[in-house]
Amino acid sequence: MKNDYLDETPQLLKVLNWISVLLLLIASWMVFFYAPLEAVMGQVQRVFYFHVAAGWLGMAAFFVAVVAGIAYLIRRTAKWDVLGVAAVELGLIYMFVNIVSGSIWARPAWNSWWTWDPRLVTATVMELVYLAYLMLRQGIEEPERRARFGAVYAILGFATVPLTFFSIRIWRTIHPVVIGSGDAGAKGSFEMTSTMLQTFMFSLATFTVLGIVLLWHRYRLGKLEAQVEEMRMEALDY
Amino acid sequence: MEIKSPGFLASIKAILWKDIAIEWRSRQMLSAMMIFALLVILIFNFALELDARARINVTAGVLWATFAFAGTLGLNRSMAIEKEGDALDGLLLAPIDRSTIYFGKLLGNLLFMFVVELITLPVYSVLYNVNLFNAGLLLVIVLGSLGYAAVGTLLASMAVQARTRDLLLPVLLFPVVIPALVAAIRASSGFLSGLEVEFIMPSLNLLIAYDLVMLALAYMFFDFVIEE
Repeated sequence: MKNDYLDETPQLLKVLNWISVLLLLIASWMVFFYAPLEAVMGQVQRVFYFHVAAGWLGMAAFFVAVVAGIAYLIRRTAKWDVLGVAAVELGLIYMFVNIVSGSIWARPAWNSWWTWDPRLVTATVMELVYLAYLMLRQGIEEPERRARFGAVYAILGFATVPLTFFSIRIWRTIHPVVIGSGDAGAKGSFEMTSTMLQTFMFSLATFTVLGIVLLWHRYRLGKLEAQVEEMRMEALDY
Repeated sequence: MEIKSPGFLASIKAILWKDIAIEWRSRQMLSAMMIFALLVILIFNFALELDARARINVTAGVLWATFAFAGTLGLNRSMAIEKEGDALDGLLLAPIDRSTIYFGKLLGNLLFMFVVELITLPVYSVLYNVNLFNAGLLLVIVLGSLGYAAVGTLLASMAVQARTRDLLLPVLLFPVVIPALVAAIRASSGFLSGLEVEFIMPSLNLLIAYDLVMLALAYMFFDFVIEE
């Protein structure tokens, strides 16, 4: 068995660490100073840039977990499982940021912290699915079975996401669709000016880089965890 | 000597029959589910003050919440009996296609849900003086229970192998069964309030889509869940 603990942080990751810090600073500056003040909603509209970016990243992370799950079921190598957990944990955090920031925006824009809109419900149900995923893993000690069940549940949970969305969609939505065509009943929609669009795109790119960096770190941590577990099992065997 | 495998349908039938026979002899699970279902209705009665006006709007919701809660009892029990005395290992050793174990257990769970539902409906009708024997509603109950049991059987066979067992099943099951419950509640209340079928169709279609997707996924995944 290879007991290399944690190998040296790769050069690329070190560089990416600093790049993501820099990008975050620039993105925050753009959100507060570069993007214009939105005429109707005022300052609170600035939540939008990071709100959408976090939501996109959450979805992407859960999708990575599904891909890792499929890869695990085919290949049966532990690294795919490690990647799957890493993606789920990060996805939970991004989605949480997305939900909370949306709530802060919704209070002035919709005059309520919460509505039972398809997007809101879907994001929340997704959060619950992947919390259940973590609980499932906690309940199983044997690593191979834990990975197998985790993979199955991650895929199954993701498959229900569109179904949840459409089941709530049968009611009319009030969530604005800023990109693409929106619903006539949507409240709090606005037209993006070119500087707004630039800020938005920049935030998306920043969050994507940040997401990759965090996923990478969490993946390395997961590998270390797996090694610790393996050593504990060996120690118990003696 | 070569062991001849029974056919696909014959193995499903054998597993279903085994579950019916076990239940027939003890009647533990069905009586627990039934009493539990009645208790849930009783609690809803006081929680929601089911007076004549409120009743029309919430009947579908109360019914489905009752079925969903009572259903987890049955699902947990149905897999727990396979774990006791390593009965599942026996099933796995049998020279049969493993998916037949899934379909056999699924049919058993579905049957027990139907029994509970068929007893809950008239009781609810009598208690609240509403006529629930509506062909549309029965169709929704069949479709909704199928989706619920399809995903529930798969997840119960996962939960039973975990340390936390019966604690785990509702946590795993409810978030993924929400679309089926939402669609079933909408369709049921549509039929109960005499809505035209074209307004109910979207919910029914969603329910059918859910059933098909979950059956397909469970069929694919069951092998991964019970392999030892």
